[in-house]
Amino acid sequence: MGLNLKFFDALKFLVRKPHTVRVPYEKKEVAKRYRGIHVNDWSKCIGCGNCAKICTCQAIEMVEIPTLEPKMGQTNLRPQVDYGRCSFCGQCVDVCPTGSLKLSTEYEIISSDVKDFKFIPNLNHDSGPGTGWESDTETSFLDFNRVEMPERDPAERKKDFEWVLEGFSEEEAIFEATRCLGCALCVQGCPTGMYIPEYINAIFHKNYEKSVDWMFVNNPLPEICGTVCTHRCEEACVYHNRGQAIQIRYLKGFAAGKVPDYEKVVGISKKRTGKKVALIGAGPASLSCAFYLRREGIDAVIYEAQEAPGGMLKLGIPRYRLPQSILDKEIDFIKKQGVVFKFGTRVGKDITFEKLHEEYDAVFIGTGYHIGMTMGIPGEEGKDVFDAATLLKDVSLGKEVKIGKKVLVIGGGDVAMDATRTALRLGAEVVILSYRRRYVDMPASDEEKHEAEAEGVQFLTQTLPTEIVRDKSGNIVKVKYVETEMVYEEGAKRPKPVPKMDDVKEWDIDTVIMAIGQKPDWSYLPEKWRKMLKFDKRMKNIIVNDDMMTDIEGVFAGGDVVNPRKDAISAIADGRKAALGIIKYLGIKR
Amino acid sequence: MAKIRDFDYEYFIGPQHPGATGNMSYHVWAEGDTIIKIEPNLGYLHRGFEKLTELRHWIKNFPLILRICVPEPDINEVLYAMAIEELNEIDVPERAQYIRIIVLELARLSAYLLYFGGVAGTIGLYTVPQWTIGDRDYILDLFEELTGGRVYHIYQTIGGVRRDIPEGFKERVLKTVDYLEKRLKDYDNLFFQHPIFEKRAKGIGIVDKDAALRFSVTGPNLRAAGVNYDVRKKEPYLIYDRFQFDVPDMYKDGDTYSRVMQRRYEFEESIKIIRQAAADMPEGPVNIKIRNPFEYRVKEGSVYVKLESSKGEYGFYVVSDGGVKPYRLHVRGPSFSHGLQLVRHIAKGTNIADISMILFSLDVCPPDAER
Repeated sequence: MGLNLKFFDALKFLVRKPHTVRVPYEKKEVAKRYRGIHVNDWSKCIGCGNCAKICTCQAIEMVEIPTLEPKMGQTNLRPQVDYGRCSFCGQCVDVCPTGSLKLSTEYEIISSDVKDFKFIPNLNHDSGPGTGWESDTETSFLDFNRVEMPERDPAERKKDFEWVLEGFSEEEAIFEATRCLGCALCVQGCPTGMYIPEYINAIFHKNYEKSVDWMFVNNPLPEICGTVCTHRCEEACVYHNRGQAIQIRYLKGFAAGKVPDYEKVVGISKKRTGKKVALIGAGPASLSCAFYLRREGIDAVIYEAQEAPGGMLKLGIPRYRLPQSILDKEIDFIKKQGVVFKFGTRVGKDITFEKLHEEYDAVFIGTGYHIGMTMGIPGEEGKDVFDAATLLKDVSLGKEVKIGKKVLVIGGGDVAMDATRTALRLGAEVVILSYRRRYVDMPASDEEKHEAEAEGVQFLTQTLPTEIVRDKSGNIVKVKYVETEMVYEEGAKRPKPVPKMDDVKEWDIDTVIMAIGQKPDWSYLPEKWRKMLKFDKRMKNIIVNDDMMTDIEGVFAGGDVVNPRKDAISAIADGRKAALGIIKYLGIKR
Repeated sequence: MAKIRDFDYEYFIGPQHPGATGNMSYHVWAEGDTIIKIEPNLGYLHRGFEKLTELRHWIKNFPLILRICVPEPDINEVLYAMAIEELNEIDVPERAQYIRIIVLELARLSAYLLYFGGVAGTIGLYTVPQWTIGDRDYILDLFEELTGGRVYHIYQTIGGVRRDIPEGFKERVLKTVDYLEKRLKDYDNLFFQHPIFEKRAKGIGIVDKDAALRFSVTGPNLRAAGVNYDVRKKEPYLIYDRFQFDVPDMYKDGDTYSRVMQRRYEFEESIKIIRQAAADMPEGPVNIKIRNPFEYRVKEGSVYVKLESSKGEYGFYVVSDGGVKPYRLHVRGPSFSHGLQLVRHIAKGTNIADISMILFSLDVCPPDAER
């Protein structure tokens, strides 16, 4: 016992480095992972507001930046941090879907003005990559991997026209729905602006009826869209920036499929106004327009040249992608609303456009693009050369279509993919897809490309068929082709394929399907009327006003004939917009 | 309460750190310099944590809940995570379990260093707090490296910890604990065997076994009274059952001296645990994905989780109604029984000069009594 700390024991402390930092002569060196001042990379930030939503101190506020343009998947909001409130927990960083936000190793803001402690973070205090509190897809709270939609085995499914998707189980759907943060950036991506966060939230709560109720606000074909939509919403999804977007499309399809009878949810409109509207073509644009017209008590009569409703949904999209049962369910519900269909009635032949214009209070043109184009190469006249639109239509209508064993499909869009996969299902053994540009340039969606590849379609990109060679009896024996080279031209958006004409090669082929594009058919519209309409420069699309009305009073248009996007959801959006335009035009109070 | 008539003085200790690490005050009545009555007076630190948690999503409570206790915030985070994990039946990844042990034991060392300095300071041995606070900084440096924060770490999350340990961290932890172990000898010389300390602390503020049990005393204070009870041993939580360590039982007097010395020997045991955890730590993930912090739900039910903090048994009672926010969260801190109840019993008859030491030796943290 006693005072044991010896004198020499104390001496050793004289030479030791002190713990303290001599501010301001020395600056404290902080750890690599230090949680200091907020840094926000505006080139990555999309203004989704999740940082503000998670902030437990309510220190983050989203403020509008007037110099920023909101665009798809991006708002013009940016987070503003209030250091009078912030606790530097870094949860804003861990929830940031894009990884734009971080806390740097900088920790000094010196100012006599209190306002300087409330600021909009940018790269000003950045301490460089790999320093400070950063979040990658691993450390984020968020799960950047989606639940994959189960599909049938490619070897099995290519034998028949049954649906390739197996559908989500309830567990999978809810697990996927959990990922939705509710930031609603996806709504900007959807042409018809569906209430996506709302219906996904309803799915999360297993309230499928409420979910369907939200869908019908601006889309009367939710299960069809939940199966074959081009899902621009998923491109706008915040997860898309660093990982896989939420399966918005299939979730919608799942919820709609869970409600067998829409009538219980949406009801049937009992309104009657005495007004009537004629709609030409029974495609998605007209179906959507007719539905919303009927909801407001306007009689809608759809004239369709074919014997079946659905337009391209029925005739363009093969049944293995969109089963007949889904088409029937949704179109029957539109019929139930009181929409009248006149099948087998071709406008211009069975009834004139003038008559429609005279008899009805308004006319809606939703005739679409359904004439397939051909290349105009030698040998294409004659048997065993199909245009994809006709082939798909005939197959869909159950007509007998005979193709050979070695099929060449020309084109790179969704229709080309449909043609290849339909050819496989019609018994083709070898299916070659020829596309003049690169794989990445193909306009077809990635999943269709992958599905076609999985089923055994050979993709031969940067090839250009030049001649179809036939034998004496007219059968196709070969297709001559050249390869192309991608050439970048100044000012061009993408490189141009230039054929190497001197090196001609051959494929052994017996059937050719051309899927190089479609065009509208204006033959039903007399010259006089056609002249009154205003078309765009390439004479492809009708120009309409904000209410979807053409230059002819009382004539509205929508779908592929108006919309350059040429997909079902844009047509549905147009149809709804036109319905609202017609309601306004007819002076009906909603 | 009987009216006290014969006293010479009536005065207040506090609310500025009256021998506790937070703000609280004691109303003291003394006859000469002998205390005849003491009344704790709380309310200086009430921030309504329990109620605030009910207004926030589960995940958002991590930055909030740890603020209950400044000297050892990690216990709050871990308990909160443990409660959610138990209700939702989450298997926490192995590596995260080991990291949690290291964090908890480092936090205990840091709290004990603060404690030693605090007790020594109350009897005028001012070199000790300077050294212990300095040495505590080495632990805070480790925390800064691991978690990005020095005092408030906000490092735990549902199903693990927020980040993996940085490269070379284990080695630096071992180096630091080696150093602290060596430093104990200096502390023995400077403080634990210091005649002033021995003279001032022995036989002062005695909590005998019966009183300890009667007042729900827990932790080192209980062990110093001769009851060998440690949650880590009796009801092992996390993975404490995998480690070899002892609960020192050589001090049974229940006086201030025993309480301090109990902690001095427990300090060594914590170092043992840290070394084992660092050696056994497996590779692997450190957390699970909660997927969506705004829709994260905890199954309906209630749970009481507890652990051995540096101050005693610390528990959270969490009730969930299956929603996105806690339905109710209740904190059971050891300071309520130590700082409010026990003090009344043991301070009677002691000197005014000793009261701060007695209070500090009980390791009272006012915010955990008034949340």
